[in-house]
Amino acid sequence: MQRVFKGIKIVNGIAIGKIKLYKPAVYEINEELVSDIAAELEKFEAARLKVQEDQNALYEKEMAAGHKDTAGIFEAHAMMLDDEDLIDACKEVMAEGHSAEYAVRESFDAAAEMFSNMEDEYFKARSADVIDLKNSMLDILFEADTESLQGTEPAILVAEDLAPSETVKLDKSLLLGLVTRLGSSNSHTAILARSMNWPTLIQCPDISDDWDGKFAILDGYNSCIYIEPEQSVIDELSAKQQADIEKEAKLQELKGQPTVTKDGKKVRLYANIGGPKDIHAVIENDAEGVGLFRSEFVYLNSKTDPSEDVQFDAYKKVLEALAPRLVVIRTCDIGADKTIDYMDLDKEENPALGFRAVRICLTRKDFFKRQLRALLRASAYGNLGIMFPMIISLWEVQECKKILEECKKELEAEGFTIGKYEIGIMIETPAAALCADELAEEVDFFSLGTNDLTQYTCAIDRQSANLERFANTHHPALLRLIKETIEAGHRHNTWVGICGELGADPELNEKFLEWGIDELSVNPKSILPLRGRIRNTDLSKNKKTESPAPQAVEAKPEAKPAEEKPKGFFGRLFG
Amino acid sequence: MKEFKYVITDPVGIHARPAGLLVKEAKNFKSTATFIKGDKSAKATSLMKLMGMGIVQGDEVTVRVEGEDEEACAAAIEKFLKENF
Repeated sequence: MQRVFKGIKIVNGIAIGKIKLYKPAVYEINEELVSDIAAELEKFEAARLKVQEDQNALYEKEMAAGHKDTAGIFEAHAMMLDDEDLIDACKEVMAEGHSAEYAVRESFDAAAEMFSNMEDEYFKARSADVIDLKNSMLDILFEADTESLQGTEPAILVAEDLAPSETVKLDKSLLLGLVTRLGSSNSHTAILARSMNWPTLIQCPDISDDWDGKFAILDGYNSCIYIEPEQSVIDELSAKQQADIEKEAKLQELKGQPTVTKDGKKVRLYANIGGPKDIHAVIENDAEGVGLFRSEFVYLNSKTDPSEDVQFDAYKKVLEALAPRLVVIRTCDIGADKTIDYMDLDKEENPALGFRAVRICLTRKDFFKRQLRALLRASAYGNLGIMFPMIISLWEVQECKKILEECKKELEAEGFTIGKYEIGIMIETPAAALCADELAEEVDFFSLGTNDLTQYTCAIDRQSANLERFANTHHPALLRLIKETIEAGHRHNTWVGICGELGADPELNEKFLEWGIDELSVNPKSILPLRGRIRNTDLSKNKKTESPAPQAVEAKPEAKPAEEKPKGFFGRLFG
Repeated sequence: MKEFKYVITDPVGIHARPAGLLVKEAKNFKSTATFIKGDKSAKATSLMKLMGMGIVQGDEVTVRVEGEDEEACAAAIEKFLKENF
């Protein structure tokens, strides 16, 4: 009979197959005293080194796969095994005549308990790391066969919990999905499941031994698992799974394809990224470049003002890895909602209209120059675009360029090689959009930051939940500013892109293309779906009705049927 | 003896991986460095004990260094804290 159980989903998606119960061995540890203490010490040391070697190997494996987060876990594990207090604690127990197994259990459990008694959630969770290490030690000491735990057939694994080193060792080709009784959505296993896109349920309290070997369907969309599902459920969810597979395959087919409409209008499809950690996503999703590389991470990840060298390393890494793609790096956009202690900024009544971005940079020239020097030095390693944010006036652009030129001269005098680079600005204030003609003379490109442009044009605070009714991401004023910015750019041979959320908005794609947008920069996951939509667009159909100026596309909110209201202003800005 | 105070700014506090690197750094010196917070203390070379102190963002720790190379050791640890915590 069909049974359904709820859990918390980590990944959407459907897994269909037999259940395999994943049950690590429970060891019978001999509590009697042993006679040969030296032999136990030797066994312990050999096991410790073996586990450490394994953890280091897992670290290497994860690094090679580009999973830096999970790699860090194993690096920390290897370090824990070097802990002198932990080693001494084990040795003391053995010196009393206990076996190595007994010593490991006692000492590691004590360390795990210390962590689980801590108040802070992060430290509490470290007890799982110690238990993971204890189990790995015991596996070696008992010469256990851990490989057979997963079985030899493809299956949905069901476990109490999975330690990071267990998850990483799983044979991925046999893993259909994952269900655990414990675990949290920030656990290492969840992180890995997300990056591998495995249908996964955690905190499923009802898992039981009698599921073993039964046919089941894990429905990630609805956060549940069906044990022995009825035929109607099988049919429905198989169809859904098939549709997912086809959708994914279609997206994969778009890799390497040009981003061009049916009638031949080409557009550059770039990615927005936040740091070197996103390099993999850019390549994986076949982005043609990076339209917005937020440099804030170098400031936010540091406790002190980051040095020129630290910044240079980060920029170089991205430029080198993505060459020959164009990588547009936006200079420091600190301020407003992103503040940093060491910057020592005054509290402002109205931070969105305050001391932020280029306004800070032009005031604190030495701070600005450190970043510009780092960028210029990195330019030798790839194809760089430098972009200044929060511009409202022509003189700001001219002064930014002057300082950039100053840095360039200094670096050349110091003997550095500087590559070619483009210069651009964000168009994210109505002032910049309305002065686009003058600004275009100064730069190679514009990038429309639609999130800020929306909030500044409509005077709608993006953080305020009370304004939903008044907000309209398709406000005609905003659309007119975008259209006029594109036209102004083109009058001066300046290419124009969009790097805000609106760039991926399906309802506006066609408009932007008609207006001649040159580049769209969206989050990496949106690249392939957007390419698919653009390739299905035919602009020649609309030619007769010569693209009109944006009309008041919005109706009064109450006149709109509720279901027609899209995701809403806030959903779109942050979706 | 050298002593200095430091306020942790890292959102997670003294956590596993960087704490492990701190231990490595401390092992480069002959001096003994001790972390003190309230009535708890741990040697800088002891990863578990260091983590067991549960040092979180906003905590002020005192670092006491004693030994023949205490100047260099204290300077290195202070630099490491500033860069990582």
